[in-house]
Parts: sequence; C-alpha cells; structure tokens
Amino acid sequence: MVDASPLWVSLRAVSLSTVVVFFLGLLLARATMDMKGRKAFLIDMICTLPMVLPPTVTGFFLLVVFGRNSLFGRLLKNIGVSMIFSWQATVLAVSVVSFPLMYRGAKGALKQVPKEHVWVARTLGMKEGRILWRIMMPEAWPGVGAGLALAFARALGEFGATMMIAGNIPGKTQTIPMAIYFATAGGDMRSAWIWVGIITVLSCVALACMEYAGRKNE
Amino acid sequence: MKRLYAIGCCFLLTGSLFAQPTAEMRPVEILISAAASLTNCMDELKSTYMEGHPEVKITANYGSSGSLQQQIEQGAPADIFFSAGIKQMQALQSKGLMLDDTVKNILENKVVLIVPKGGEMLSSLDDLKKASVEKIAVGEPKSVPVGQYTEETFKNLGLTEALQNKLVYAKDVREVLSWVETGNVQAGLVYETDAKISDGVVVCAETPEGSHKKVIYPVGVVKESKAVDEAKAFEEYLFSDEAKAIFKKYGFSVI
Repeated sequence: MVDASPLWVSLRAVSLSTVVVFFLGLLLARATMDMKGRKAFLIDMICTLPMVLPPTVTGFFLLVVFGRNSLFGRLLKNIGVSMIFSWQATVLAVSVVSFPLMYRGAKGALKQVPKEHVWVARTLGMKEGRILWRIMMPEAWPGVGAGLALAFARALGEFGATMMIAGNIPGKTQTIPMAIYFATAGGDMRSAWIWVGIITVLSCVALACMEYAGRKNE
Repeated sequence: MKRLYAIGCCFLLTGSLFAQPTAEMRPVEILISAAASLTNCMDELKSTYMEGHPEVKITANYGSSGSLQQQIEQGAPADIFFSAGIKQMQALQSKGLMLDDTVKNILENKVVLIVPKGGEMLSSLDDLKKASVEKIAVGEPKSVPVGQYTEETFKNLGLTEALQNKLVYAKDVREVLSWVETGNVQAGLVYETDAKISDGVVVCAETPEGSHKKVIYPVGVVKESKAVDEAKAFEEYLFSDEAKAIFKKYGFSVI
C-alpha cells in the first residue's frame, strides 16, 4: 500500500498557505491599489518576483534568510524556532511561491470596482475595512476567487523551493510533488502514477472552483 | 535609427542561431549520464579527452543514479551510463538496454561521516545518537546509491531505530553535501570523494568495513546509442592510465 502521508503534508501546507496568502494578498492589494509611481512599481515587482523566478532561486533566498547560519535564522534559533527542515518550512515555501498569484489577481479585480461605490460608502460613514469586505469584495469576487484558486493550485504543485528549505522527510515535509519525484527516481512507477492522478484531480478541482466563482457573478 | 539598429541586431542574432559549422567540422556528440558523485572528476576527464579528440563533443548529465536509470528507461538519448551503484546498472541490463559486453566495474569509493566545518566533531557513527545531533542528511535510499549504503550500515550497526526521526532524505549525494556545508544539518553521510572536494566539511569517521556492500561504480554503453564507436572509445579511455590518475586525484580507487 502506498503511504498516504504526502497527501496530508501537502494538504496541511496548502490549506494553511492559502489562508495566509488570501488575507496577506488581499490586504496588500488593497493597500497598494491606489499607489502610483516608482513606489508602486517597486512593490509590484517584489511581490511578483516569486512567480517568475525559478523556485530554486526563491528557495535559495529563503535558505539564506532562514538558514541556521543566517542572522535571521540565528535570531529564530535563540527563541527556539528552527525553520529549516520543519513542516512549517513547507508552509513558508508554498506561501511565498503562491503569493503573487493571489496578490496580482486581487489587485486587478479590486481596481475594477467603480470608485464611486467606494466614495458613496465613505460619505455614508462606512469604515474602510467594512468597505473592502462588503462593497468591494462582492464586486471583485470573480477576480479575487480566480487568484485564490490559482494560488492554491500553484501551492499544491510547489517542489523546488520546498525541497530546498524543508528537505524530504517522509511523514513530515514530503509533499506530493516530492513523493512523485522520489517514486520515479526509485523506479516505483505505481506510486508515481497514483500521486500523479491525485494531484491532477486536485488541480482540476481548483480550476473548476475558479470557473464556478467567475460564473456565479455573471 | 534606433529601431533600425534593433532590427538589425535581431537579424544578426537569429542568423547566428542557425549558423552551423561545416559538415567535416561538426563533432559527434556523446551524452554521458553520470552519478552526481562523479561531477568534478568527469568534468576534468571530458575536457582532457576532448583536447585530444576534437572530433567528439562530450556532454554530461549528472544526477542520482536512480533518476538517470529511469531517464534511460524512458528513452533519454544517453550514450554512456556511469552509475554509482551496481543495482541501477543491473536494472538496465535486465531490461536489455545496455550493451552487455561493455559493462564493466571501474571504481570503488568509501562512505564517510561528515560534519560542518566548525561543527561538533563526532568520533563514530554511534555518536549520531547524541541529542546534539538533531538532523542527519542521507541520500534517499530508493534512488540514491549512497543512501542505500547508509541505510544498510545503520541497519547492520543497529542504529536504524534510534536515528529514524533525525534523517532528512536528499535527492542526490551533492545535496547531502550542501546541507552539511551550510550547517543546516549537524551531520551527513557522503562518499569520501565528495567530502574531499568541499572545504566546508570535515570527515569524522569511515563506515566500518563490512557494514555495507562495497561501493562499486560500473560503466557501460547504452544499446540505443547512435555513436556506439565513439562511446566505446571514450569508455576505453576511462580505463587508460591518464584517466586512472585523474580518478585517483579525486579520491577514487580504481579496480
């Protein structure tokens, strides 16, 4: 029987990262959507980089920042946190890699919301947080939902950066893509097929959700 | 004017892509799939060989022997397979993918325990049980030969259970080395030759004699090769005195 642990490791990493990425992406998109000029460009670039850089580069940066010999890594160690090769590292890696998809999706969608609606809400004394949640989100949802679904799918497929900072520990940090890599390299084609099937189905479900979110609002 | 210049550059670049050396100049390409532990050694061997043989161009593809074996099974256009384990070579032979008379054992290597430079020294494999050793990097046993030897050693020394929760499995031997070098694990098991090329690690102990099967590297020509003669010639070169000296320089024992 194939060990089911990669499924749980993947689901844990992906569900946690999706929650983190949803709120961070949405809030940052809201905070920066009206910015213009060089500052906006710079923030956009930094937040999009993990999407276009090879995951090994993202992994390398994470390793340099969080590794045991880095300044930040040592700080964490002093408070008893060791990021490298822990399950938390899988969450960190997939969050960083999938963040741009949510951020870009949410930002594009929020920008489409007519400004007048926001202004009207403001003159009626609505708080900014409530405006985002009750006025902008319902209108922007198809785009935000699509960004979220893409971020979910990307997180599920993350391999390179995760391998570099979380290592391959079966039952702890071995995600489905890693299980596929090692099953293939070890000649265990049966397990590889099973995992390939599972991840394909999960990704299709994510894309179907995206379609559904888009259609509901038409 | 600027645009004209840009267009001109594009044309030049495209042109250079398609430009090829004339027929008699074009060297025959041989692709070698070699175990990750052979990387540095093979780089030197192939450039030395190409100096004397301008008619061939050797390209090397490095990875864990298990991945390389799979790639060849799936039709990767490799001409020579240089494995760090007998198991992977035999798997290809049993599927009839190797030219059997070309498959020979060529090198022997050792498995050693390493720690990061400046890290805590360990005097034997038993010390891995210490609480200060939180994580140990090893090769993934199913696909990375050094991982198989490591697993076998731990089993024979009765360490398997005690160390189980400390192991991090790397996708090839070089990854084990880099995890130790960067101090992200407290110890790792690699080949002696890998330990030798790194300034960032210290060898603490060798695995005891008889604790694992001998580390033998076989080499052979792939049946599907489109340049069998050139591949055979290069294989022959690997057994020459010049090649032997290079192997030894990198810490291998020649059989």
